[in-house]
Amino acid sequence: MAHSLTDDQSGLASPLRQDPVLEIRDLSVEYVLESGIVRAVDNVSFDLAPGEFLAIVGESGCGKSTLLFGIAQLLNPPAEISGGSVTFRGRNLVQLTERELAAVRWKNMSVVMQSAMNALNPVKSVGAQFKDAMRAHGVTSTAEIQRRSVEVLKMVGIDPVHLKSYPHQLSGGMRQRSMIAMAMLFTPELIIMDEPTSALDVVAQRSLMAQIKDLQREYHFAVIFVTHDMSLVRHFSDHLMVMYAGQVSEVGPTRQLFDHPHHPYTVGLMDAFPSIRGPRVELTGIPGSPPNLARPPAGCRFSARCPKVMPRCETAPPLDYQVDGTSVRCFLYDSPEVLSD
Amino acid sequence: MAIPVTTTGIPQPAAGISGPSRRGALNRITKAIRTNRKATIGVVLMAIFIFVALFPSLLTHQSPNAVSNHVFAHPSAAHWLGTDNLGRDVYAQVIDGTRNVLILALAVGLLTTAVAMLIGVAAAYLGGLWDSVLNFVTDVLLVIPIFPLLIIIAAYLPNAGNNVLILVLTFTGWSYTARQLRSQAQSLRSRDFLLAARVRGERPLYIIVVEILPTMTSLLLASFLNNALYAVLAGSGLQFIGLGNTNNVSWGTTLYWAQQNNALGSGLYAWAIVPGACIALMGAAFAFINYAFDEIGNPALRPLTAAKARKAAAASIKRRIAGNGALPD
Amino acid sequence: MRFIIRRAGFFLLTLWAAVSLNFFLPRVMPGNPINNIISKLHNVTPAQELAIERSLGIDNSASIWKQYLTYFSNTAQGKLGLSLGNGGEPVIQLIRQALPWTLGLVGITTILAFIIGTAIGAVAAWRRGSRLDSALPPLFVFTTAIPFFWVGMMLILIFSSVLGVLPSYGAYPLGVTPSLSFSFIGQVLQYAILPALTLLITSIGGWVLTMRNTMVTTLTEDYVRMARAKGLRSSKIMVGYAARNAILPNLTGFAMSLGFVVSGAILVEYVFNYPGVGNMLLTAVNNVDYPLMQGLFLIITLCVLIAILLSDIATAILDPRTRTGG
Repeated sequence: MAHSLTDDQSGLASPLRQDPVLEIRDLSVEYVLESGIVRAVDNVSFDLAPGEFLAIVGESGCGKSTLLFGIAQLLNPPAEISGGSVTFRGRNLVQLTERELAAVRWKNMSVVMQSAMNALNPVKSVGAQFKDAMRAHGVTSTAEIQRRSVEVLKMVGIDPVHLKSYPHQLSGGMRQRSMIAMAMLFTPELIIMDEPTSALDVVAQRSLMAQIKDLQREYHFAVIFVTHDMSLVRHFSDHLMVMYAGQVSEVGPTRQLFDHPHHPYTVGLMDAFPSIRGPRVELTGIPGSPPNLARPPAGCRFSARCPKVMPRCETAPPLDYQVDGTSVRCFLYDSPEVLSD
Repeated sequence: MAIPVTTTGIPQPAAGISGPSRRGALNRITKAIRTNRKATIGVVLMAIFIFVALFPSLLTHQSPNAVSNHVFAHPSAAHWLGTDNLGRDVYAQVIDGTRNVLILALAVGLLTTAVAMLIGVAAAYLGGLWDSVLNFVTDVLLVIPIFPLLIIIAAYLPNAGNNVLILVLTFTGWSYTARQLRSQAQSLRSRDFLLAARVRGERPLYIIVVEILPTMTSLLLASFLNNALYAVLAGSGLQFIGLGNTNNVSWGTTLYWAQQNNALGSGLYAWAIVPGACIALMGAAFAFINYAFDEIGNPALRPLTAAKARKAAAASIKRRIAGNGALPD
Repeated sequence: MRFIIRRAGFFLLTLWAAVSLNFFLPRVMPGNPINNIISKLHNVTPAQELAIERSLGIDNSASIWKQYLTYFSNTAQGKLGLSLGNGGEPVIQLIRQALPWTLGLVGITTILAFIIGTAIGAVAAWRRGSRLDSALPPLFVFTTAIPFFWVGMMLILIFSSVLGVLPSYGAYPLGVTPSLSFSFIGQVLQYAILPALTLLITSIGGWVLTMRNTMVTTLTEDYVRMARAKGLRSSKIMVGYAARNAILPNLTGFAMSLGFVVSGAILVEYVFNYPGVGNMLLTAVNNVDYPLMQGLFLIITLCVLIAILLSDIATAILDPRTRTGG
C-alpha cells in the first residue's frame, strides 16, 4: 500500500507491493463553456492498491466529484477529460470506446452515488434495476438473476421481499444500502462512492460505513470514497487524499495525516473539526474562499489563504514533495529530499 | 392550434427585481434578446406588426371597407392582393386588420393573466375551502373542451363585436394559467422569505403584492405570451367560421369571406394565403418570444453547438498564452 | 386504483357541470332563445314551438328546479331531443352517424402525432448538439403557432387546386353509398389524407418540444448516469431510463392539449367539409339548431373526458408513484 510515484522516479520497486488496481497519471478534467475553459481537476496522479480504502476529502467545488466521474468515465458535457490516463487493470480507460468500456463497467468497477432517490430509476422496481445490470453483462437465466439479487440484498441486510419495491417506497437508509447491494452484484475489484452517506442522519451514516467496511473485509474490493466529512473516514480509510481547487494538496496514510498533517490546508481542516475527546480547543476556520478556477492563480492555489505563505508561493506553483511517507504540494517541504514529478 | 409547451416542473422564480438591479435586469434582457436568435426573430416580427397596427395609413391609402365594382379581382397594380366579393381591397384589409388582431391578443393576454393571477394566487394563499372550490371550478373549465363551448356561447350572441370576443376568450382561457400560477404560488407559500414576512406581521395583501408577485414575473410573462397566442389563434378561428362580427375588418373575417366565396377554387390565392400567413406569423412571434424566454430561464435547453464550444476553447487558450506566457503543464 | 376512482368521480362531476351549462346558458344569454330560433326559421307552428321548448328543457308550466331535473334525467337516458333542422331527426341518431368519422380521423391522427412527436423529441434530446437538435426547435415552435384552418387551406391549395392529386371535400366521393368494400375503404383513406396531414402538421410540434425539453432535463439526472455506469446499452438507457421518465409530464400534457385537438378537429372538418361532429356543430350553429348544438357539446365533452381518463390510466401504469401514492 504505497504510492508508486517515488518508486517510478527512483527505479526502485518494492518487492512487497502488488500491482495497483488503479493507476491515475496526470488526469485533468475541463469544463468547456462558452465563457471559457475551467479546469476543475488539474494533473491528479495516484495509485490504488487492491483492497485499499482511499478517502478523498475537500471543500465543495474542489473537484473531488468531478475527479470521481472522470475516473469512472461518466462525465457529462460540457465536462471532458483533457489529459492524462486512467489505467485500470492494465488498460487505459480514457482511450476505450463506449462498447469496450461497457464490458468493464459494473463487472470490475461499480459506482455508488450520493442520493439514492436520484440515482435509482423511479419507475422501475429495485429488482428490475438489478436485472438490467445483470442482463447487460450476459447473465440471462432468470433463476440466476433472482438468486444473485436475493444474495446481494441479504449482504446489506435488506429483506429480499423488497426486490419488488419501488425506490420511493423504501426509507433513505434502505435505498442507499440497496445501491450498495447493486454495486456488489459482480463483486467488482473497485467500487467508487460519491458521498453515499451525505443524505443520511449521523446514526445511519455510521451504520452504513460499518457495513461497507465489513463487506470490504469479506470481498476484498478497493474503495474510493469521496466525502466532505473528514471525521467520517478517519477510522475507515487506509489512505486519505486532500484536494483543493482541483489539485491534490496532500495524500498519504490516514493515520499520518490526522496525527501529523503537513500541508497548511490540511492543518487548517484538522483544526476545523472538533474532537469529542481531548482538551477543548478554540475552533479556527480558514478565512477566504477558493480561487476562481476560470482564472487560476499563477502560484500555489492556496497562497491567498495560507497562514504560512512565502513570497515564492505566489509566483510559481509548488510540486509534490515527499515527507514521511506522504506527498505534499507545498514549498515548505521543498528540500534536498527526493522530489517527485 | 397550439399545445402549450412547458418545461418540466415549475420554472425557478426569477430573482426579485427591484431597485438598482432593475437597470441590470433590463440590460440582461436586451442582451438576451440580441443573442438568442429566436427572441430576435420574435421581437422583430412583433415590432413590425405593432408598427403596422399603429400607422396603417402609412402603408395603404385605400379604405378596407370601400366597396367597389371590381369584385374578385386578381392582384394588380391598383390592388396588390386583389379584391374580395364586395370589391374591397384585400391588401388594405390585411393592413387594417392588424390592429384588430393585435388588440385582441394583447387584451386577452393581459386580462386572462390578471384573472388567472387573482384566482390562482388567492386559491393558493387562502387555502382550505376557498382553495377546493376555486380548484374545482378551474379544473372543470380545464377539462371541458373550450372551443365547442366558445362556439356555443358565441352562437347565443350573434354578431358579437370585438369586446364580446375578448370577454368570451378570457372567460374560457384563464383556467390553464390559473392552475400554473396556483402551483407556483403554493410552492412559494412555504418558502422562508414569506414566513419571515408573516412573522413580521405584514398584511396578506402586502405579502401577495410585494413579496410573491415579483418572484413570479417569469411565469406571468410566459402566461401573458401564451394567452396572447391563444387569443390570436382561437379568435381568428372563431372569426373564420363566421362567429364574431363579419363586418369587422380582421384577418379572420377576411379569411371567412375568402372561404365562403371559394377563393381557393377560383384561383384567388392571395386572398386566401396572405391573411392566414399573417396570423401564422403573429402567432409565431409570440411563440418564439415565449420559447426564447424559456431557454433564457433554463440554460439547459439552449442550443448546444460544438462549433461554439470549440471556439470558446480556442479563445481561452489564447488568453492563457497571453496572460501566463506558457500553456500550463 | 384509488387514483383512477377519484379521477372518474371528478369526471362525473364535470359531466354534470356540462349538462348544467347546457341547461342554464340559453337562459342567461341576452334575448330569448326561443325568439332567436323563431326569427331564424319561419312558419313555426305552435306544436313545433312546443317541441323546441321541450328539447331545450323549457316547460313554462313547471318550476325551474323541476325543469332542471327533467332535463337531467332525459339527458342521462340519451334523450337529447329532436334536431330543428335535418327533418326533426333525433339528435342522438345524427350524432351516431357523425361520431365515427371524427373519432376515426381525429383519434388516429392525435395518437399518431403523440407517438411520432414524442419519439422525435426523445431522439432530438438524446443527440444534443447535433444539427437535428439545433434545427428542430425553431421549426416546431413555428408550426405550433400556425392556425389549423390555414394549414388546411394551404394543403388544399397545393394538392387539390394546383396539383389536383388529392380530394378536398368530404370523406368519400359524392353520390357513393358507404359500404365495407375495399374500394370504399380505399376512397375513405384517400379523402382522409389531407385532413389528417393538416392535423398532424400542426399538432406534432407541441409533442416534440415538450418531450425534448423534458428529456433534456431527464438526461442530466443521476439515474441516467447510473445506467451508463452499469454498462447498459445506449438504446436501453434512452428508452427504459430516460424516455420512460420524460414521457410522464407529456402524458399529463396530453390531457391538457385535448382542448386544442378538439378545436383543430372542428376547424379542419369545416375546411374539408368532413362529415364529423365538428362540422355538424358548425352547421347546427348556423341553423340555430339548439338541441343539436347542445347534444354535440355533451358528446364532445364525454369523448374528451374518456380520453383523459385513458391517459390517466396510462400514467398510472407507467408511473408507480401514482399507484402507491408515493
